[in-house]
Amino acid sequence: MFQVLSKSLIELEVNGEIKSIVVRPADTLLFALREQLGLTGTKDACGNGDCAACTVLVDGWPVKSCLMLAVEAVGHKITTIEGLKDIPIQKAFLDKFALQCGYCTPAFIINSHALVTIHPDANDEVIKEWLQSNLCRCTSYEEIKEAVKWVLGQ
Amino acid sequence: MITMDFAYYRPKSIAEAVNTFQDLTLQNKKALYYGGGTEIISMARMNKLQFAAVIDIKEIPECNVMQINNQKLTIGAAVTLTKICETNLFPLLSRAAKATADHTSRDKITVGGNICGLIPYREVVLPFLLCNSQVILAGKEGQRTVPITQIFDKTLKREKSEFIVQILTDRTFIDLPFEFVKKTKMEEIDYPLVTLALIKLGDEIRAAVSGLCSFPFRSSRLENEINQISVPLQTRIDNIMSNLPGPILNNLQGSAEYRDFVFRNTLLDALAKVGGAS
Repeated sequence: MFQVLSKSLIELEVNGEIKSIVVRPADTLLFALREQLGLTGTKDACGNGDCAACTVLVDGWPVKSCLMLAVEAVGHKITTIEGLKDIPIQKAFLDKFALQCGYCTPAFIINSHALVTIHPDANDEVIKEWLQSNLCRCTSYEEIKEAVKWVLGQ
Repeated sequence: MITMDFAYYRPKSIAEAVNTFQDLTLQNKKALYYGGGTEIISMARMNKLQFAAVIDIKEIPECNVMQINNQKLTIGAAVTLTKICETNLFPLLSRAAKATADHTSRDKITVGGNICGLIPYREVVLPFLLCNSQVILAGKEGQRTVPITQIFDKTLKREKSEFIVQILTDRTFIDLPFEFVKKTKMEEIDYPLVTLALIKLGDEIRAAVSGLCSFPFRSSRLENEINQISVPLQTRIDNIMSNLPGPILNNLQGSAEYRDFVFRNTLLDALAKVGGAS
């Protein structure tokens, strides 16, 4: 049985690489990614599962890293915004001006990338359902939706 | 950040999970079974929940089953709400799952976790209550299968060492006509003012409710009133509101008076849709 009883060395697979880090069992994945691995593209905002700025992919599905323990991620493939390079949704965000201050953007890109990968035929209802998870206080929602639709149309 | 410390266990079998719980109990350590963990993490972060260990059940094979066999739909406790929606084997349950939190959160929230949660709403339990589903529990005395209607009274009544392994639903129920309505105060994604689930079994209408009181419920008194088709609908609704199983919830999502108003109208509309209005 896998167990972590106190502060310990664990291995996480992040962006295709095995990383060794020291965590307490109570540390969230968000904390481990930012503070232990320096992957600060995963944003710390509400810390309570409300804003989704900390979204990462776990085995290809979007998950709020503030609501996942780092030890829980052992044995799973984690992808952060730093692990996504030259993907269509990134170009679409630029072309469609789907960002303003940019703080929520990494998480929106992560979520949108998962959406177009898992549901390449997503309709408006599915797009709305997925994008509703993330908050953007600059309210770029329409442009973000356009970016997703542009990728789906390719 | 969670300031307290606790231990993390990830058993691979039911026996290993129960034995771990027992060992910790003998050491006077409070252990929690852990599914998606969203509520546990949130409450621990706010110091509203104290415990010494979590036992993560997500690697127990029986807890990850989602299949129809021998005319029964079996759903493991660790199945996520997203998987419920994506597979859509049980349309009413998919609808209830979609009404819970947001899409990304549903990638983490599990069926068992939602039913055993501490928040008042727990909409995922409503379809199981309506379908008289059976719950398989595992604990120090072994496993037992119990109708959910017998052990769900405001919360799931279980022994401390027990956790939900699976929920079984008779296949004849899962394709019945249904109506599911969730009303929120402002946002689409929010805790409910009221959530109403109805199924129609022949001429009989069954109803289960969340958000109206501080717990989800299915009430025989409510259903008796609903099914008295000869009585004027407005009278039936007045009788229902006089015989609720608890006080109407009064919180930030909505005052008791507003919930009363919304529920009356929700019931009126929903009954009209399923043919229970007259």
